[in-house]
Amino acid sequence: MDRVQRSWWKTTIGVVLTAIMLFPVYWMVNVSLTSRGSIRDGDLWPKDFTLDHYRVVLGDQLPYLGTSLLVGLGTVALTLVVSAPAGYALSRLLKPGRRVLSFVLIVAQMIPAVVMALGFYQIYSDLGILDTVPGLILADSTIAVPFAVMLFSAFMAGIPRELLQAAQIDGASFWRTFRSVVLPVSRNSAVTVALFAFLWAWSDFLFASTLNRGGGNLRPITMGIYDYIGSQNQEWGPMMATAVLASVPTAILLVVAQRYVAAGVTAGAVKD
Amino acid sequence: MTLVGIQTPAPVPTADAAVAAAAGRPEPQRRRRRVQPTTWAGLAFAAPLLVYLVVFYAYPLYENVSMSLHRYTRATYVTGEAPFVGLDIYREVIGSSQFWTIVWQTTVFVVASLLFQYSFGLGLAVFFRRAFPLSAVLRGLFLVPWLLPIIVSATTWQWMMDADSGIINRFLGVFGIDPVWWLSADHSLTAVIIANIWLGIPFNLVILYSGLQNIPTEMYEAASLDGAGAWRQFWSITFPLLKPVSAITLLLGFVYTLKVVDIIWIMTQGTGKSQTLATWAYAMAFGKGTSATIKYSEASAVGSILLLVALVMGIVYLVVQRRQED
Repeated sequence: MDRVQRSWWKTTIGVVLTAIMLFPVYWMVNVSLTSRGSIRDGDLWPKDFTLDHYRVVLGDQLPYLGTSLLVGLGTVALTLVVSAPAGYALSRLLKPGRRVLSFVLIVAQMIPAVVMALGFYQIYSDLGILDTVPGLILADSTIAVPFAVMLFSAFMAGIPRELLQAAQIDGASFWRTFRSVVLPVSRNSAVTVALFAFLWAWSDFLFASTLNRGGGNLRPITMGIYDYIGSQNQEWGPMMATAVLASVPTAILLVVAQRYVAAGVTAGAVKD
Repeated sequence: MTLVGIQTPAPVPTADAAVAAAAGRPEPQRRRRRVQPTTWAGLAFAAPLLVYLVVFYAYPLYENVSMSLHRYTRATYVTGEAPFVGLDIYREVIGSSQFWTIVWQTTVFVVASLLFQYSFGLGLAVFFRRAFPLSAVLRGLFLVPWLLPIIVSATTWQWMMDADSGIINRFLGVFGIDPVWWLSADHSLTAVIIANIWLGIPFNLVILYSGLQNIPTEMYEAASLDGAGAWRQFWSITFPLLKPVSAITLLLGFVYTLKVVDIIWIMTQGTGKSQTLATWAYAMAFGKGTSATIKYSEASAVGSILLLVALVMGIVYLVVQRRQED
């Protein structure tokens, strides 16, 4: 009895802590639903309720949302194509190069994005692919590829040896083994990689604001929000409404796909 | 912030299993021949990644370093002229009046962020260690700041910290505290540190929580039988046994905090005291400036300094991790 009561106390404290932590998120939603004249009153809930900001935003920001979707999907595709075979190589095939490559991938994750942006800017302006969607996809994929390779190789190292041997005894080539055994078994890792690659590309501000500044409608939603900041008269209502819309992938990830995220993360911890 | 997901899979020791698997158990006379095809196939499967690393990592980094050794100006993009000047630009950057101020501000930003992120993260991890009703859901919700696009968080904090109508000043007003000009001059560094702590708590919570799960419950049971209270248990069991995980958390936190640009840039554009090395580099190359303020070479020089720190930290990370595996 005492124990049960104590754990409910913990739940109460936990709810309060979570509420404090998530207050900024609530505040964003609150402002996005408050009509223009009352935003500066700072009411704790949308007393002066309106959906106008969303109407404005859906009119203005749809092209940016579309671009973000395109960039996100492109980044996912590129990341998967590069990292899944590499994960197989790193976990199963390459013996001598493994340590070096792992070190390179760890360091790659530590490189400041601003350094990458400077290099990319120079190269892109030479090639004339500044302000293009493919250019942004290439740059955004650098955020996800090292992580993806390491996740894949951690998971693939745990695939039961017998499974791969069975394929080889049947005379399957490496490519056939990879395609028909390794890839299907690694589905959860692939979903996890795809989710994070999409989210990071969707959230990217740094590459978008440097490599895709002048892209007009072919700019992602993060730049759509940034435009509001740059304007003379900051419109907080539409800005917060856009922010809410830009958070939708996060919400989907947490609500719908959390088990994939958990599956991918715990998969790495399970040894064979 | 974005790269934060990495370490969950990274430290997993996979080598033994993979080596055993690659060797396989073929018939004796074919063993010698099979080593080679495996390596060749490995190279073939790794080829896209190797090409990718050269084209999309090595090449941009080379360009960055090269830019810091040549004098680039805005005119360079028209005329293509950029004379080689050796280390002159590094000398100018390090000798400039702002450099050490910005280094100091960067230090304050990194140290304060890490200290609070880690403390809050550890406190929460301990709080969530034993399951209670709804604990999994609440822990999931704590991930939100980590998964939100930074521009979303940054603009929300910007509005909350608005001097006239921001909710924070309103809240402080209840206690009779005068409004604080969060986003300007002296307070801007504090403002971005607060937002960055909020962003970093989930990462610390996740890593430290998974570290806590590896401490056997029996140790706590034994300790409480011996009459050790919660406080004593924390300092005698939790904290010492968590040291390896803490080291990795702080190390990665350091690297990620050092390279933060977006949260600061969006909130304050690096004005006042909130300029760090990373935002300084960003501002010199991409800030809303005229040709007088746009300085690609100087930006690259600062970038290369950051790159050097990242490299050193990568080596430290590897050493720490290897020592923990032994």
